[in-house]
Amino acid sequence: MKPLVLKGGRVVDPSQRRDEVADVVLMGGTVAGIGRGQGTPDGAEVLDAAGLVVAPGFVDLHVHLREPGREDAETIATGARAAVAGGYTTVCAMPNTDPVCDNQAAVGFVLKQAREAGLAHVYPIGAVSLGQRGEYLTEFGEMVAAGAVAVSDDGKPVATAHLMRTALEYAQTFGIPVIDHCEDHSLTAGSAMHEGLVSARLGLKGWPRSAEDVVVARDLALAELTGGHVHLAHMSTAGAARLIREAKARGVRVTAEVTPHHLALTDACCEGYDTNAKMNPPLRETHDLEAMREALVDGTIDCIATDHAPHPYDAKDQEFDDAPFGIVGLETALGVAMVELVAPGRMGLPALIHRMATRPAEIARLPAGTLRTGAPADVVAFDPAAEWTVDPTRFFSKSRNTPFAGRRLRGLVRWTVVGGRVAHAGGGARP
Amino acid sequence: MALGKDLLGLEHLTAEDLLLILDTAEPFKEVSERAIKKVPALRGKTIVNLFFEASTRTRISFEFAEKRLSADTVNVSASGSSVQKGENLVDTARNLEAMKIDMVVIRHGSSGAARFLGERIASNVINAGDGKHEHPTQGLLDLLTIRDRRPIAGTKACIVGDVLHSRVARSNIWGLLKLGAEVAVCGPKSLLPLGIEGLGVRVFHRIEEAIAWADVLNVLRLQMERMESGYIPSQREYYRVFGVTLERLERAPRELLILHPGPMNRGVEIDSRVADGPHSVILDQVTNGVAVRMAVLYLLAGGRPELAEAAKGGGDH
Repeated sequence: MKPLVLKGGRVVDPSQRRDEVADVVLMGGTVAGIGRGQGTPDGAEVLDAAGLVVAPGFVDLHVHLREPGREDAETIATGARAAVAGGYTTVCAMPNTDPVCDNQAAVGFVLKQAREAGLAHVYPIGAVSLGQRGEYLTEFGEMVAAGAVAVSDDGKPVATAHLMRTALEYAQTFGIPVIDHCEDHSLTAGSAMHEGLVSARLGLKGWPRSAEDVVVARDLALAELTGGHVHLAHMSTAGAARLIREAKARGVRVTAEVTPHHLALTDACCEGYDTNAKMNPPLRETHDLEAMREALVDGTIDCIATDHAPHPYDAKDQEFDDAPFGIVGLETALGVAMVELVAPGRMGLPALIHRMATRPAEIARLPAGTLRTGAPADVVAFDPAAEWTVDPTRFFSKSRNTPFAGRRLRGLVRWTVVGGRVAHAGGGARP
Repeated sequence: MALGKDLLGLEHLTAEDLLLILDTAEPFKEVSERAIKKVPALRGKTIVNLFFEASTRTRISFEFAEKRLSADTVNVSASGSSVQKGENLVDTARNLEAMKIDMVVIRHGSSGAARFLGERIASNVINAGDGKHEHPTQGLLDLLTIRDRRPIAGTKACIVGDVLHSRVARSNIWGLLKLGAEVAVCGPKSLLPLGIEGLGVRVFHRIEEAIAWADVLNVLRLQMERMESGYIPSQREYYRVFGVTLERLERAPRELLILHPGPMNRGVEIDSRVADGPHSVILDQVTNGVAVRMAVLYLLAGGRPELAEAAKGGGDH
């Protein structure tokens, strides 16, 4: 492998508090050094990064790659391709596939498919319970030994307080977080969108904020009881932000994520029964949106995760009640975050990169999110000023389900480098 | 036509649209009084009544309206059709379109289903009830029935009962508000949508207060499923606390007009003596339903309102 030099970009590495124009030198699959006017190693390929931001590749703790089971929606290879197109060099795959990733062999399968694709790093997340049925714990030890980096019953909450308690206790032996999807099903049965004025008008069963808040409160109490690390997936309510802020202040081991769409959109997007606005958790109201942004800025919520949820082209072409939840997110995350957070000045670029790369890597203890010498040569270079219009037909993902179609976004990925190789070269030519 | 291609709900219609439909319905009332109840206004038009949910009253009312306008009609119900075999709504729509029909009347259990169909086919779509969203022709026939007795503007109308799950309630709220009525809803909080005040309605949790306030009560049917899913404890208690009884009406400061979209649960949401009493206009609603649906079909098919009178007269329109 030839050495690679990204020359003259604005190098932003929150792990070293670095923000300066410099060259990044990658050799032998690792970061060899960062500096100004460094000599180019013999035979190196040089990428002119002038005007670009050069940062540790993004890390997504929450993607659904659908393989095995729904390869018509996405495969590990197409998901990894979409990831590098979006600047992600590392993604963590949720276990709610068919069959469920609840044993060491299934973990090994995900890693094998990812290795063959040879694009982004894909780390499996194992199920908390066998078959995600909420009854018996899976073999965390064997799954971690095979390469799993966390456990979750995502798609569903960890079913009972007892199961959550034992999962948080047992996981500590292996140093992994338990990721929970916070939804009290008794409050959400049959619900398709946020409960509020819009759901009242559309005649859709409402999904109250409290369905999230009561499970967040449960998980925080259990994390405090056990000393375990709970990571709360896709937070959406002002109440959840308040609960997490209070728990963190008391030293509870909690981390949390928010999706780009919960930073950008409200339940008003469900008007006209647009099924691309149907999410779990649902899009909330303006004050929740503001609470999510504030919580991400002040660190209450640690990171951005996409909850990339591909569905085949016709799955969303149904009545709102029957359409599946979720949207694809890997290829729009940076653009949405730039428009919603950086452009209006809510957050600087270093803070955004911290929440898209450095912090998520820390949460799952992944060798990523940093450009320190010796770290894996996983790098993104993007043009922070370039604007582009979302055209889902150009996605690398197999699926097109996005509410951002036609939106003007900002921040265009130029190169994504994984392990020292260019895994994605995006044109400046996107319309 | 001002109404557009489809009639999906009353929320997005203007007061002028509503009055156009009500005024067009007036001459059609008389057609149903004739010995030969048929006019040629929709001769040659084909209409599919696509009912994904069981319905007796609404389906029959539409069918009479269509037949009295001389349209050719086909009834499709979910049971025994391709729908039950797993066909989705998109494919159903495409198949209907391929058969070159003119109009579809759809009843469906999912909110938004009528709009979904309307966006995918060129034929006119009339919403005959979609989930918990709207039931516009029911709203219109309620408006027509009230207007027969009193001016709608300034009327205080209260919708009583399970507003949360009611498409009738939403169509009533929009129609009444647009025509200048004051609107309230009354029921246990567990059966009212959270934040319903945001639609511009007053909220009562006691039926006595609603009766003291209102000129018109529209009493909604209480579905058995609401007890099973824990929204309220029992029919017995519902009747005791929220039932529209003769005793409660007798204490009202003025005489109320009583509407009910049917089918009634006597002794649950309404006292038989009220349903059968002098203030009940429940059967007038049914009669007006046919006229209102004739008006909607006529207008969406491109009929000109000023010719509605002539249309009912003979063949040379």
